[in-house]
Amino acid sequence: MKIIYFAKIRELIGKSEEEISFPSNVKKIEDLIVFLKNHNKIYHNVFENYDFLIACDEELVDMDYEINKTKEIAIFPPVTGG
Amino acid sequence: MIDIKIQSNRFDFSKEIKNFQNNKIDGAVVCFLGSVRDLKPDETLEKLEIEYYPKMAKKVLKETAKKAFNKWSLSQCLIIHRFGELEVNEPIVLVITQTKHRKDAFKANEYIIDFLKINAPFWKKEHSPKGAKWVKQNKRDLEISF
Repeated sequence: MKIIYFAKIRELIGKSEEEISFPSNVKKIEDLIVFLKNHNKIYHNVFENYDFLIACDEELVDMDYEINKTKEIAIFPPVTGG
Repeated sequence: MIDIKIQSNRFDFSKEIKNFQNNKIDGAVVCFLGSVRDLKPDETLEKLEIEYYPKMAKKVLKETAKKAFNKWSLSQCLIIHRFGELEVNEPIVLVITQTKHRKDAFKANEYIIDFLKINAPFWKKEHSPKGAKWVKQNKRDLEISF
């Protein structure tokens, strides 16, 4: 699955996008975050210490959102436009 | 009629208003213009960098305008939001709403700018002689109920 990052989260992760394959037990956004936190220390630091929002196929979603039909997941800080 | 523009180029506020008024549909037109502010007296802003998520930003702005259309019977609505590198006093965002009567135009305009502040995927980074830092979301914006 494609994951894209923006703004401070992109800088902290050190890349703007990546393709990640998940194990079958990753069904919801909350599972994905746990999976990424266990993946390495950088992700662990980001998702433990910084505010972030998640959009699946350009829609903001909650942690219990099921990702089986999602094509693109975006992770970014709270927005500051306007 | 909904018009959404996301662009790096500077826009001319007066030209946009004039274009808007050329479509003589309804009588009440309200404009909100947001510009880059300096960080004085504590710091001096060298530039403001705006990053955005293109696909989602366009979608959110369009959906926000549609919601306002249904709520206040708008005849026209224009939203312009910029990205890239901006200097102090440059325009960032423009929202123009048009309705039959002024109250609805004011309410719709406020709704759009308040809604996009907490939902549209844009992020500001301030550059000053002390370094660069991402702007934090204003918690008061989250307290607004829609």
